[in-house]
Amino acid sequence: MGIPVSGKNVFPSNIQGLPTWYEIRVSKDGHTARPAHIDLVVALNPATYAKDVAAVRPGGWLLYDSSWPLDQALAREDITILGVPFGRLCVEAFTGDRERTLMRNIAYTGALVALLDIDMDVLGEMIREQFAKKRALLDSNFRALHLGYDYAKKHFPCPLPIRLERMNASREHVLMDGNTAAALGCLYAGATVGAWYPITPATSLMEAFTGLCKRYRVDPETKRNNYCILQAEDELAAAGITIGAGWAGARAFTSTAGPGISLMSEFIGLAYYTEIPGVFFDIQRTGPSTGMPTRTQQADLLSIAYLSHGDTKHIALFPADPGECFYMSLAAFDLAERFQTPVFVVSDLDIGMNDWMVKRLTWDDNYRPDRGKVLDAEQLERIQRFSRYLDVDGDGIAARSLPGVHPKGAYFVRGSGHDKHGAYTEDAAEYQEVVDRLAKKLKTAEEAVPAPEIHQRNGATAPIGLVALGGTHAAMLEARAVLAGQDINVDYMRIKAFPFGEAVRHFLDAHETVFVVEQNRDAQLRSLLTIETGVPRDRLTPILDYGGLPLTAERVIGDVARHLEASVA
Amino acid sequence: MTSIQKPPVRHPSLQSNALGLTRRDYEGAMSTLCAGCGHDSVTAAIVQAFFELDIPPHRAAKMSGIGCSSKTTAYFMRQSHGFNSVHGRMPSVASGANAANRDLIYIGISGDGDSLSIGLGQLCHAIRRNVDMLYVLENNGVYGLTKGQFSASADVGSKSKRGEPNVQKPIDPVLLALSLGATFVARGFSGDKARLVPMLKAGLTHKGFAIIDVISPCVTFNDHEGSTKSYRFTRENYHELAAVDFVPLQREITAATEAGTSVSVTMHDGSIVRFREVGSEYDPTDRDAAYAHVRTHQERGEIVTGLLYIDEQSSDMHDIAHTVERPLVELPYESLCPGREALEKLMDEYR
Repeated sequence: MGIPVSGKNVFPSNIQGLPTWYEIRVSKDGHTARPAHIDLVVALNPATYAKDVAAVRPGGWLLYDSSWPLDQALAREDITILGVPFGRLCVEAFTGDRERTLMRNIAYTGALVALLDIDMDVLGEMIREQFAKKRALLDSNFRALHLGYDYAKKHFPCPLPIRLERMNASREHVLMDGNTAAALGCLYAGATVGAWYPITPATSLMEAFTGLCKRYRVDPETKRNNYCILQAEDELAAAGITIGAGWAGARAFTSTAGPGISLMSEFIGLAYYTEIPGVFFDIQRTGPSTGMPTRTQQADLLSIAYLSHGDTKHIALFPADPGECFYMSLAAFDLAERFQTPVFVVSDLDIGMNDWMVKRLTWDDNYRPDRGKVLDAEQLERIQRFSRYLDVDGDGIAARSLPGVHPKGAYFVRGSGHDKHGAYTEDAAEYQEVVDRLAKKLKTAEEAVPAPEIHQRNGATAPIGLVALGGTHAAMLEARAVLAGQDINVDYMRIKAFPFGEAVRHFLDAHETVFVVEQNRDAQLRSLLTIETGVPRDRLTPILDYGGLPLTAERVIGDVARHLEASVA
Repeated sequence: MTSIQKPPVRHPSLQSNALGLTRRDYEGAMSTLCAGCGHDSVTAAIVQAFFELDIPPHRAAKMSGIGCSSKTTAYFMRQSHGFNSVHGRMPSVASGANAANRDLIYIGISGDGDSLSIGLGQLCHAIRRNVDMLYVLENNGVYGLTKGQFSASADVGSKSKRGEPNVQKPIDPVLLALSLGATFVARGFSGDKARLVPMLKAGLTHKGFAIIDVISPCVTFNDHEGSTKSYRFTRENYHELAAVDFVPLQREITAATEAGTSVSVTMHDGSIVRFREVGSEYDPTDRDAAYAHVRTHQERGEIVTGLLYIDEQSSDMHDIAHTVERPLVELPYESLCPGREALEKLMDEYR
C-alpha cells in the first residue's frame, strides 16, 4: 500500500519454539524506529496474554481469540479488548486439525483488514502470489480471510481510529535485512573466500552469501564454483582462513558476533602487524560473554577499535541500516586492500536480522575494486630489491607482493619483530620505524573512511549536538524531528567510521552541549571520542540504552529534555 | 640482530635441476637453531626434495606457526613466500591461502607443541578438510624455545633434562592422523635423510593433506639418557616399515626397469611411489592395517617409520567445495560481479 513500514522480531534464544513477538511500525511520516508505545496488540498465544495486555498503550486495542475468553483478572479499563472467536469459527468452517489451526492465522489477518482498513485487493493479490503453485489452498485462505473480516465488520466499529491509507512513499524501496544486504555487498565486491563459524546473529550473513553464490557464482561452462566458502572449526580458524586468503590475494571475509571477535583477537593483531587485508563483520549482540544472543547492543566498539594485544588500531565502519550494509561492505573491501589491514563492518542484530525499508540498492557497472598497492610480475622484475614494508609514497602504505607471482616478490611474513625490509629484528630503532609507519597509515585512513553525516538546520550550528552511530539512526532522526516540534533545535552527527576524522572533532568542538547516544552500559563511544579527539569527557553527556531492544526516539527525547531541565534549574 | 644471510657461493661442479637451479637456490637464511638440531637435517632434506622435484621456489608457500620448528621456514628456499603465523594456527592460514590460490605448492612446518597442544584442533580440521599440502611435524617431545618443558608427544616415563619423568600419556600424530582419515601418513627420522627425502617428495606430490611426523631430536633439552626422543634412543628403536622410492612421472620409463619392488602406488599426477622390500603382509592402502602395525610395534617399544598409509583417491578441499580449476585469485572481477541488471531484478524480489 506504499506506506513506510518496519518490522522487528523479538525472539528468545531457543529452538523449541517459545513465544516470539513481531513488532510492526507503520508511519506516514516515514519513522521506522521501534516505537515506545504499542497501539494494537494481536495476541496469538494464551501463555503470554498477561504480557500482551500490559503492552498496549492506554487507549489502545488488543485483538485476541475469544473462543477461550480472557481471564477477567487481566482486563484493563483503559484499553479496548476485541475478541473474535477465531478458533471456533475455523473449527466450524474447516475439517482436519491441520487446516483448522493454520487457517486461524489467516482469519486473524481478515479481522485486521477490517479493523485497519487494509486494502483487500492488495492482500488478495499477495495470497494469490503466495499460493500460485498450490491452488488448492487458495480457496481455504480466502474463506478464512472472510471469516475474520466479516466477524469484525459485524461486531466492531470498523475501521478503528488507527487505520491504513494508501500512500506512495515506498515506491523506490525494498524490505530487506542487513545480513542479506551485507552478503550482497560481498558478492558485488568480488569476494571469493568466505570463512565462518555459526553464531547468532551473524549466521544468516554467510548463509545469504552461500545462497547468492549458488545463484550468481557458478561458472556457466564448467558448472564449478567461482568461490570457496569454508565452515571452520571455530572463529579462530575462520579468522586464519580469511587472513591466509587475503595474503594470497583473494578478497576474503568472515562474519561473526562478539564472542567470535574475542576469539579472533590474536589473529587480528597478526593481520594488523603483517599488513594483510581482510573484512570482518561483527553483528553485535548483547554481551558480555554469551550475554543475550537474540538481543541487540552496540557494546563491541571499544574492543574492536583496538582489538588484540600490543599497540593496534583498526578501521571500522558503522552501517545504519541494510542499505548501508551493502555499500559499506563494498567500501570495507576497498579500504582493507588499500590500507592492507583488517577492516570491521560493525552491524548489530537489529540491523542484521530485521527487515528494514531501505532505498532499492543500486549498482554502477563502472565500479572496479581498489586493490591497493600490489606489485605485479613486471613491476617486480624491474625493481632492484623488493622491501615489503618500505614507505615509498609517504602515506604510510607500503607496496605488497602476492605469493607465486615473481621470485623477487618473495618475502617472509612474520608476526615477530621485523624491519622495513620484512627481516627479523630485535633492534629498537628498526622495530619502531615499522610501528610508527603503521600509526601513520591509520592516520591516513582517518580521512579516507566515510565522513560523518551531519544534520543541521539551514547550516547554522545549534547549541546542542547529538552524536550516535549505527542502527539507532532511525530513532535519532525521529527524536530530532520531535524535539524540533517542541522548539528544541538540535544538530545531529552520525559517525560512520573509525578512526575519526577532522569532521568528528569539529562537531564536538562546535557544540556547547553534546549528547552521545549509544547502546551499551559504559558509554564506549564517548570513551573512544575522548581518547581519539582529546575532547574532555565531561563535555560529552551519555544517553545509554542497553537492555537489548532497539532504541526508541522517546528514550532520547526524554533524556535530552530531562538534562536540559536539570541544567536550567 | 637481524637474520644472517648465507653468502651466495656457487661451486662450479654443483648439479643443476631441470630448471637450471642448483641446490643452493633452494637454501634460505642461516639457521639460528642449536648445532646438531634435528630440525636442520629436516631443512636439508626439504631443500633436496624441492630441488629434485624441480619446483620453482617462488611457486611454493612455506607456512608455519610458532616454535623452533616453525622458525625453519626461514632456513630454506629464500625465493619462496613464507608465512610465520601465530602459535598452533598455521593450518587455517594455509587453508585460506590454498582456498584462494590452489596452484601454489604448500608446505607447512610445525612442531609437537604447535601441532599437538595449542594447535591440535586446527591440525585435526585441516586433516578433515583434506587441504592439499605437505605438513611436516618436527617432533622432539619438548618445548625448546621456552627451555625444556614436556610437550604432548613426550612418552610416559621419558625423562626431562632434570631427570623428572613425564606422566601424561602422549598424543601420537600418526595414530591421530590415521584415525581422522588423513590421506597420507608417514613417520620419518631426521637422522635418516636418505629415507626422508623420497617421503617428502611423495608428500609434496600427494593430492590432499600429507602429514609426516619426523622424529627430530632436540640436542639441548631432550637428547639425554632416559629420553625417548633422543638420537640414541631413536636410532636403537626405530623400525623402518619399508624405504620408498619416489618416481616422478617424467622419469617413469627408465625407473620402471628397477627390480625388487613389491608394492607401488600411483600418485594423482602420475608419479609412482614404490615400497621397497615390503613384505606381502603390509598394504599401505589399508588404514586399519597401518594403525594396527604402528600399535603393535609401539607395544614393543619400537618406533615405526616409513610411508605408512596412502590414499590417492580421496577428495581434497577444492573437490569438496567444487571450486573452479583456476585459482580464485586469478578470476577477473568481471566474472565475479553479477552487475547492475541482476541487482535490479533481485531488488524486485524484496519489494
